[in-house]
Amino acid sequence: MTDFNLTYKPYGERSILVEWPSKIDENILTDILKFKNTVDKNYDKQKVQIKSAYNSILITYDFSIENVNTEISTLKYLYSTKIQNTLPERQLWKIPVCYDNAFALDLEEISMQKGLSKTEIIKLHSKPIYTVYFIGFLPGFLYLGGLDERLITPRKSTPRLQVRKGDVGIGGSQTGIYPNQSPGGWHVIGNSPISFFDASKEIPCFAKAGDNIQFVPIDLETFHRIEVEVKAGDYKVESEVLNG
Amino acid sequence: MVRVIKPGFYSTIQDLGRLGHQDYGVPISGAMDRYSSRFANALLNNKPEDAVLEITMTGPTLEFFTATYICITGADMSPKLNEASIRMNTVFGVKPNDLLVFGRSKTGFRTYLGVSGGFQTDIRLNSRSMFKSITDSVKIEANQMLPIHSSKIEFTQTNSTLKFKTEIFNTNRLQVFKGPEYNLLNPIQQERLFEPFTVSGSNNRMGYQLEEQVKNELPSILTSPVMPGTVQLTPSGNLIVLMRDGQTTGGYPRVLQLKETAINSLAQAYKGKLLQFELIN
Repeated sequence: MTDFNLTYKPYGERSILVEWPSKIDENILTDILKFKNTVDKNYDKQKVQIKSAYNSILITYDFSIENVNTEISTLKYLYSTKIQNTLPERQLWKIPVCYDNAFALDLEEISMQKGLSKTEIIKLHSKPIYTVYFIGFLPGFLYLGGLDERLITPRKSTPRLQVRKGDVGIGGSQTGIYPNQSPGGWHVIGNSPISFFDASKEIPCFAKAGDNIQFVPIDLETFHRIEVEVKAGDYKVESEVLNG
Repeated sequence: MVRVIKPGFYSTIQDLGRLGHQDYGVPISGAMDRYSSRFANALLNNKPEDAVLEITMTGPTLEFFTATYICITGADMSPKLNEASIRMNTVFGVKPNDLLVFGRSKTGFRTYLGVSGGFQTDIRLNSRSMFKSITDSVKIEANQMLPIHSSKIEFTQTNSTLKFKTEIFNTNRLQVFKGPEYNLLNPIQQERLFEPFTVSGSNNRMGYQLEEQVKNELPSILTSPVMPGTVQLTPSGNLIVLMRDGQTTGGYPRVLQLKETAINSLAQAYKGKLLQFELIN
């Protein structure tokens, strides 16, 4: 894989921001994850915090940076060695989503706007294999890439003060699941009964950057069954390991 | 144990925050004004990361069930122990049945109450800092019991009051670095950033919005990491300074970044306060 032309910027007194070209791209994601993995292995987890997004990584040290150039040189060196670094297995997670009218508050509106039937919208939304680019914004909020262009819908002009935990929405070219009740500006087209964030677990999210997601339509009855299983701690999200 | 009789406007348990989970979208959290929280812990011989009670704007009423030492730092909310006024930045011994009452803040916005060994509320993801969807309580509530260690009390009050740097409240200058998108601003916008701003009423542990606007035509950026102290410029021209509970990533241009000490100062500022950013070279 070819190397990208990266920019390194000091950000505050303790952080460096590394940026890739500004686009949503699977090759950039893979490169970011390899680099992140390399940096992770090189530093003590207590000393350095790393978080990634679509085209950037933020590295925060537990000390004030004295000489930015020294730290940047180290990072550049680490980037040059990342090739040997293999990535953890990619998982494909099957996420049950109920698109029933009980949850799909904005499905009708999108259907009218797009001139597509509700069934067609559900089909278009549950067909693709989405990529998890990163988890950000709120605990457990997955940034997904891969929404069918026909479903791209500008955000609601007035955000809802409250969307429910598990609501599945479309906002611009993005789609995602609200991990908890919060305000939200995306069009709600369904709800997933599973939990995307559990603070009682050491690793609070089952999904990670680089994984894949597919939405599986379920009816109301199945929704309630899974909801009960999730509450009892008996539900296991269906998944398979993908190569590469 | 400490029983909460009245919770005050917004009081939360805070330590130095939650590290190592930002990649799951978990904010760092922790005490808004870390100078004051560390000061309380230092006077009590605690560890800097021991959990304190962060009190915002108006204070709680607390009843002690356990003997301990306490120390109050940050904004002066006229604390009274069993109806007698007590000094800030001083260690006091308290006994079971003692009653601690706070009033309204006179200087600053946030007060810190430290106890020997720190508050012992549940640790979630390496921290006791209260946060929605992570800890069971988001803020303290009436009748809640806050666990603490018991101490053998050998004195009721230290004689000396340590000098607390009051600049943190008095200053209206916030030291900043250029943010990643600073250079995308035109010279007029850049100049405007260093003229005075007023703190708006829209401020909380997640962020502080400023009153005045900066005319902005910059497009949003591809969502990228942000951190406490990041100053974002929204499409409508508002400046939002992210604070300790701020989101982990954002899509608005990041025009400035507050120095750590400036975050502490801003945490003590309230609606109507005039502020000015000062660039560090």
